Amino acid sequence: MMKTMIQSVLGRRAMGVVMAGAVIATGFAFGVQPASAASEAHEPEAIDWSFNGPFGTYDKSQLRRGFKVFKEVCATCHSAHLLKFRNLAEEGGPAFSEAQVKVIAAEYTIEELNGDGDMEERPRLPKDPFPSPYANPEQAAAALGVAPPDLSVMAKAREGGPDYIHALLMGYQDPPEGREMAPGTHYNPYFPGGAIAMPAPLFADQVEYEDGTPTTLDQESQDVTAFLMWVAEPKLEQRHEMGFQVLIYLIALAGILYFATRKVWSDVH
Amino acid sequence: MSGESTYTPGNGLTRWLDDRLPVLRLVNDSFVDYPTPKNLNYWWTFGGILSMCLGIQIITGIILAMHYTPNVDLAFASVEHIMRDVNYGWLLRYIHANGASMFFIAVYIHMFRGLYYGSYKAPREVLWILGVLIYLLMMATAFFGYVLPWGQMSFWGATVITNLFGAIPIVGDPIREWLWGGFSVGNPTLNRFFSLHYLFPFLIAGVTILHVWALHVTGQNNPSGIEVKDPAKDTVKFTPYATVKDAFGMSVFLILFAYFVFYNPNGLGEAANYVEANPLQTPAHIVPEWYLLPFYAILRAVPDKLGGVLLMFAAIGVLFVLPWLDTSKVRSARFRPLYRQFFWIHLVVCIILGWCGAQLPSNVLFGSDTQIGIYDTRGEALEAVTTAAKEQGLSPEDDFKVEEHVEDNKLEFVASRVDFAFDVTDLSRILTIYYFLHFLVLFPVLGLVERPQSLPSSISESVLGKKAATAEA
Repeated sequence: MMKTMIQSVLGRRAMGVVMAGAVIATGFAFGVQPASAASEAHEPEAIDWSFNGPFGTYDKSQLRRGFKVFKEVCATCHSAHLLKFRNLAEEGGPAFSEAQVKVIAAEYTIEELNGDGDMEERPRLPKDPFPSPYANPEQAAAALGVAPPDLSVMAKAREGGPDYIHALLMGYQDPPEGREMAPGTHYNPYFPGGAIAMPAPLFADQVEYEDGTPTTLDQESQDVTAFLMWVAEPKLEQRHEMGFQVLIYLIALAGILYFATRKVWSDVH
Repeated sequence: MSGESTYTPGNGLTRWLDDRLPVLRLVNDSFVDYPTPKNLNYWWTFGGILSMCLGIQIITGIILAMHYTPNVDLAFASVEHIMRDVNYGWLLRYIHANGASMFFIAVYIHMFRGLYYGSYKAPREVLWILGVLIYLLMMATAFFGYVLPWGQMSFWGATVITNLFGAIPIVGDPIREWLWGGFSVGNPTLNRFFSLHYLFPFLIAGVTILHVWALHVTGQNNPSGIEVKDPAKDTVKFTPYATVKDAFGMSVFLILFAYFVFYNPNGLGEAANYVEANPLQTPAHIVPEWYLLPFYAILRAVPDKLGGVLLMFAAIGVLFVLPWLDTSKVRSARFRPLYRQFFWIHLVVCIILGWCGAQLPSNVLFGSDTQIGIYDTRGEALEAVTTAAKEQGLSPEDDFKVEEHVEDNKLEFVASRVDFAFDVTDLSRILTIYYFLHFLVLFPVLGLVERPQSLPSSISESVLGKKAATAEA
């Protein structure tokens, strides 16, 4: 009797689960692949980011440190044209004050049409975008050989996301013996193909942190990566917060509807 | 089963309206008094879930369209504007983008439910065909929508799919240029895809009305696959019975939906689509969205481009004639011991086909090699391969390979002869053949050779029978 019951349970209800399990197992079996021809990119180390998980939030001091690295190191070559100065004071970000943002923005200038129809330079305001180091990708390519990609959504635009960026920044090393690097490329096993045009951008003690955090390479690259994640996903904190409320609501609703369904169907036989 | 209307207007106003436009009668007969088989299980809640998905997509889509700019220079930035500066824009976009995936999860469950319980069989052929039509429209709509953010996958996906039409003999090229509105995917393409992406959901809504109409003419199929005999015993009213059950199903489905929207909003997408489209830079690996992957695998399984395109469309086309391929007198797989097993095999085949669609076709799944030697440079390794190939009368490109390894921080090149290699393309071919075999051979043959188990004499008996068995256990 027990056996028939298990069979009927398997046959009707759990068959889907069993099948899904079988499929996943097959997937894993096939996933184990023999050595591939090209030297494969290394797997980035998984970092325990403060913004990971359903309750993850940005570490505000880390974002401020990351902004410093971004401003002083990355932004000398890379643009992040979707970042506006006002974002730095918005909720869920590095929490600079509005006054601080005005000062930061005023460090840069922007050209604008004036009333006489001429271009006129003025200090940047919180509403303005963070300045790009080059006027266009062509100019950047002429100066650097290859145009550096825009960093606005970089943390979402690569497989591995923030883990990948952190690993890449830390991953510069001497190429293995016998590997010839094309001119203008640098060996980094985390970069697909291993040859990246960007020279190692970040070193220990390259920036000075105001909050006294040690400026190891690991610390600096984690900070700037967290900052880039915020630039790419500025609404992450709101999203996590609302998600929790929505899930609590939906689970309660599903519970009520479950008992309502049982009640309604109790007279059917 | 739709039977006579049981609606009686309750007051003067509804009586007045009923004589002029019996819309309340329609609603009452369709969604209140409509008799549903009492043995429907939770797989039957996906029809309601799909209507909900369509509603969510249309509402979020209309609001997104208020903020989106269909221009190759502005589209990518306008999507990011929605994500950053529009109030709850991130929420709308993540609901809409993940909503497409949720829509397809629901439609696949809905379709496989139909396949399991024989819901496509007479007298529900038209109902089924309308459903396949909705599925086709859904795929087109999703494809148009995926192009709109104008990321790398948008652009190159659009290029790959529109190029398929170029495979048609003689008229292929003119058709392709007509689709593009130019000589490649460009601004006119983006504009028309936006227009069509806005239009198609309303076509889906239209066909859905026909689908529901056809459903209400024949009545629902049910897990036992036998027709309703005595409505009083075999059916319950749609409201409250089906309404509350559907609402429960929807709420559980929304929990899954919310998980993706709030905690894994980019998990089902491709990272490369956050890189703005660049016609001069082809991504290393162009893949469609997950719900199109099985068809992509079928397309790539055929060495000939036109053949691949035809087979891919045939994979969907075969669904239209399914009701006439199936010779079984019994609908439900519950009473079909052979078909029941082949159903699950076919489901697994479809899922593995999808997995194949996401892999590089040349990825070797298993094989055996004979090592020739290890060399310090690629040149030496290639030389060894050339010599070996000449000696053994084999092709240096097809029968040999050179692999790079890093050993003790030293690069080495391993040359070997490939004795046997089974790659993703080989697997896709076998599974593609099985996919068609399932419908074209097994469907007609199984119905003839299978001995179905005995059917319950009525729906109410099948429900009572199960209850009795449980009580006994």
